[in-house]
Amino acid sequence: MTIALSENDKRMLDGLSGEASRMAMSILVRMADVYGAGELMDVSQAHIDGCGLMSDAGLEFAEKLAAAGGKVVVPTTLNMGPLDLQDWRRFVADEEFAAKAIRQSKAYTDMGCVPTWSCAPYQGYLTPRFGQQIAWGESNAICYANSVLGARTNRYADYLDICAAIAGRVPRCGLHLTENRRGQWLLSLKGFSPELLAEEVFWPVMGHLVGAMVHDKVSVIEGLPATATSDQLKAFGAAAASAGSVALFHAVGLTPEAPTREAAFQGTEPEQATDITPDDWYRAWDDLAGAEEGEKLDVVVLGCPHLSFDEFRSLVDEIRAVAPAKAHEGVDVALLTCQQSLSLVDRTDWLADLDAFGARITRDTCVFHTPMIRRDANVLMTNSGKCAYYSPGTLGVRVAFGSVGDCVRSAVAGRVLRRRPG
Amino acid sequence: MSGTTRKKRTMQGRPVVAGSAAGQAVVSAQPISLWGGLDAKTGEVIDRRHDCSGRVVTGRVFVFPWGKGSSTGSAILLESIRRGTAPAAIVNCATDPIAALGSIIAEELYNKPLPIVVLSEEDFRSIGDGDRLSISPDGEVTAENSNPGNPDDPDSP
Repeated sequence: MTIALSENDKRMLDGLSGEASRMAMSILVRMADVYGAGELMDVSQAHIDGCGLMSDAGLEFAEKLAAAGGKVVVPTTLNMGPLDLQDWRRFVADEEFAAKAIRQSKAYTDMGCVPTWSCAPYQGYLTPRFGQQIAWGESNAICYANSVLGARTNRYADYLDICAAIAGRVPRCGLHLTENRRGQWLLSLKGFSPELLAEEVFWPVMGHLVGAMVHDKVSVIEGLPATATSDQLKAFGAAAASAGSVALFHAVGLTPEAPTREAAFQGTEPEQATDITPDDWYRAWDDLAGAEEGEKLDVVVLGCPHLSFDEFRSLVDEIRAVAPAKAHEGVDVALLTCQQSLSLVDRTDWLADLDAFGARITRDTCVFHTPMIRRDANVLMTNSGKCAYYSPGTLGVRVAFGSVGDCVRSAVAGRVLRRRPG
Repeated sequence: MSGTTRKKRTMQGRPVVAGSAAGQAVVSAQPISLWGGLDAKTGEVIDRRHDCSGRVVTGRVFVFPWGKGSSTGSAILLESIRRGTAPAAIVNCATDPIAALGSIIAEELYNKPLPIVVLSEEDFRSIGDGDRLSISPDGEVTAENSNPGNPDDPDSP
């Protein structure tokens, strides 16, 4: 397939704008062919996920681009990195790993990226606006940006994100185009009690269910509570983007491209329609947790995606409601967040409670990218559908799943307390 | 191998990343997220919910319907190519841009692209676990089922 390139695209491809731009454009043009796109288009913002995984290949790629003079041409934020850059010695003993992680981080900031180091960039600096064409990496951020903000991005893979930021261009296709944002699959919630809808875990479990069901189809969901908060939609999207490839969902009456069912389907008929019942929900809830009631708990992980200020507030409320307000000996409590949220928390009186509880706050990174979970850990508990999905394979643990309150009470007890929601 | 029925057939696919490769098929009916699904150090499938969990895809042709989940899949594939733990090739029935990117960057950095072919769903479904697959740069896939009804042990050399 021939790809129609602009004069500036051709200059980049021919190396007239420098070697980094040539590399970026060459990769973008090949990816346009993979996507079946006939041309490229402008983006006005980027979010880089390729800075997260610490691998020798990733380091070589970033340093090669940076050494070749690579500079981003649009405002570009960074997803979490492989290290808590300010405090890594508290978490990581491996100096060689840390040295490489610092080099990789520097390569991205040298290219002009903003050091946000957050996997919830939609709750922080440079939040995209409705309709804005952007190039975002990080599956949960992509899902939130498209669905909740109404910005437009495809699921940019690690390393294509930085190419897009350097060139300011992406293949013109997919979710950048209005017609591809049309709903395909109608999901109607039926028979959910107000109690179940009010559960914190309602959202990640529903995301897990929807993701596994629709894969990459654009779903239109009817019956989600209209009171949904940013944090609830974040938990839903993160789970949906892990169990499936959900890059865009519409929630009728809740998300900006779905004021009505008709609007979400752009006037067309659904290709498929499925009712979702509480039985489906409880099956998904069961599927997220592998650990049994009463098992010895080793680690609690909260902040996947990174904790917002409000999520810290909920956590501290739960901690203040238990006695003793202290995690059982042998239970690590890992809180993952970004500098921006932590700066706000720093202006409250919550840190003393968190510290007394035994919680360790890590910035800039997460349990999947920095080696902070002890190797002999068997059971991990989380309130995140995404963390529950990936932990068994990536960290070799069994997972217990529950609300923040369930996690706090289990941490205090030193064992998994399962509570059937609803 | 001697004494078994050899049945050879040729299928035309779309070369997403062009290249030549051959190897035994590791076939999955399920989509996979390469990050969280494949260990770049060992080439093992580590998604414990996946039907290939525990199998090693190094040097094999990894046949799965499409990619899902994490956008870090490209980074895992690139690192596995660099380390030599990657599959010899990937066969899908829908284009997976995340895997494609990992392979394209491997070509840019190491001149080592990993061939990726997309087949029609019918052809895709016809591949049996353990089939011997050959892939050519134009997207042609030749499958040889050396022992129908009793596929080779996928972990034999």
